[in-house]
This record gives sequence, structure tokens and C-alpha cells, in this order.
Amino acid sequence: MIKVRIPTPLRPLTKGQGEVEAQAGSIASMIETLDQAHPGLKDRLCDETGELRRFVNIYVNEEDIRFLKGKETSLNDGDEVSIVPAIAGG
Amino acid sequence: MQLTEQQIERYSRHIILQDVGGKGQLKLNRAKVLLIGAGGLGSPAALYLAAAGIGTIGLVDGDVVDLSNLQRQILHSTATIGQPKVESGRKTLNAINPDISIKTYHQLVDADNILPLIKEYDVVLDGSDNFTTRFLVNDACFFAGKTLISASMFRFEGQLTTIKPHAGYPCYRCLYPEPPPAGLVPNCQEAGVLGVLAGTMGILQASEAIKEILGIGETIADKLVIYDALEMKFRKVGRPKDPSCPLCGPNPKIKDLTLDYTVSCTI
Repeated sequence: MIKVRIPTPLRPLTKGQGEVEAQAGSIASMIETLDQAHPGLKDRLCDETGELRRFVNIYVNEEDIRFLKGKETSLNDGDEVSIVPAIAGG
Repeated sequence: MQLTEQQIERYSRHIILQDVGGKGQLKLNRAKVLLIGAGGLGSPAALYLAAAGIGTIGLVDGDVVDLSNLQRQILHSTATIGQPKVESGRKTLNAINPDISIKTYHQLVDADNILPLIKEYDVVLDGSDNFTTRFLVNDACFFAGKTLISASMFRFEGQLTTIKPHAGYPCYRCLYPEPPPAGLVPNCQEAGVLGVLAGTMGILQASEAIKEILGIGETIADKLVIYDALEMKFRKVGRPKDPSCPLCGPNPKIKDLTLDYTVSCTI
């Protein structure tokens, strides 16, 4: 199981949950799995072409997947994934 | 420059700290810090920077104090509603510490005025409330070679990092290459924000600014700090330099501030 941390702006899609679990071998499959359980999540993370949006970062155990293998970054049992969108409130 | 007897007494709790001392206090007294925004984040940051004896504090903000600001913007008060935030802020800061100089700029920062403004300062704190300003401040600090302490917040969550690409660290665009399109995420006015979260994040900004000025402790320039007030959890994630960064990468596309920064102004 992978633990996925959901940021405040996306919690309306997870019924307010800050953390959800997923069974997935890669970030791409994690996004598909999450979207089935929480419809609309994929749209918030990916653009029309399926690429990750440039103002949303995904971290696997504190490493930004843009500097790993992007959506193809593999996941192992026990990994912790964080979704971190840019925020601008001051 | 020497500390006067009154200053030695005022800053005595700093001076007896081994990592600060009289020399460190003099560094703070000589430092010039610019705050972009005298609102939720700028308020607590300014109060502690003034108390710490930062010699020159610049406040930039184009707004006037509104009743709905007072839930979190503790630089202002019911008595200063309707006044420019920078003027209201100046009074509060002068009352805390008459020993320092407060410079006020009742204006919005834009591509034309920002460079001459930040040139006068050593460290910049971004406490603005929109992505347009955040990308502009990042780019301007990059061109001017100024250390930027950036914080932001949304509802119950805050983010914090130090940006100093001139010292080999990543810039804001390495972290978030592009702002979200307008309308995709609501802003604070629409989404709300826990007032005290502004205090937590603004004070962390002030703390990192003081560390950078003194050159003590660990910098967070290669980290992003994420604070969740509801879970009471701080997390740090890695923040590497992006080799394809359009601003600070080896093949930059952004060479000045002539971009259209107004593409998006909501989060």
C-alpha cells in the first residue's frame, strides 16, 4: 500500500481526507487508481494531454518526481507520496 | 559603528547568545530587509524583524487597512482602518522600536519599479497574495542577486523556502515552473485562511531572514517546508535546482522582466 497525502485544495475531492491509500506500482497508475476512487482528481493533477500540471509537484518520500522519472517513477510498498500544489496566499 | 548602552540593553538577550553576540547584533542593525506585502505574512514578520533591530525595514503595499484584514494582519488595528497599510505599519513598528528606520512604499510592485526598489535591500521577504507578484519577485531577486525568503498559505496550510540562486541554490521557478491558470484554484478571499497560520508562517520567514543575515544555522534553500495546522505537522521535501529552468538554468529564456506577468493572479 502507498500512502498519499492530499493537500488542502484537493480535499473536497477526498471527502476531506488528508491522507488516502492506493495500491500502485507507479505514479501514473496511482493517479488512475485515485481517480477511480475520487473522480476528478486526475483532472486537477494532469492537463488535457495527460501531462502533470506545472504548478503541482508530486513527491515520493521527499523527492520531487520531476527529478526522478516523472509519471513513470516506480512506487514500492510503504512509500509515502505527497501532492503539493503551488499556493500564493499572503 | 558601535552599539550604544541603550542598544546593548535592548538587544541583550541576543547579545548573550553565542551564535549572535555583539557582532551579530551589529549585523542585524546594519541589515536592510524589504517586505513585499504588509498583510498576513508581512505583519508578524515585520514585528519580529523590528524588535530584533533590523536597521532598515522597507514596507511595500498598495492597499489600505480593511476591517476584514484584522483577523490576521496584526500590524494594523481598528484605529487604522482606511489608512494605507504601510503607514499603519510604520506607526506600529516605530512604537516597538524607535531605533530603526522604516521606509514605506504605498504602491504595487511591477516590472518597472521592482528592480530599483530591491537594489536598496539585502534580503527580501515575499508575503504577497498572488502568483503574478510571486513570479515577478523571484525573477527580480534573481537579476539583483538578492536572497528571497518566500512563504505562502492557503486555508490551513503553509509553505516556506529560501531562494538564493546566486549562491548555487534553486529559484522559485525550479520549484514551480509555471503559475496555475486564473480561476483554477480559489484565492484567500474566496477560500478563507486561518488567521493564526499567517503568524506561524510570517514568523518562520522572519526567523529564516535573521539566520541568513547572521549566517548561522541550516539554510532551507534546498528544501520546501510544508506546514499543516490541522495535523500539526511540519514536513520538509527536497528542492533541487532544475537544469532546464528558464530563469536560472544554463540556457535561460528569461533574460529580463519584460514577460507578461499578469497572465494569472489567482491561486
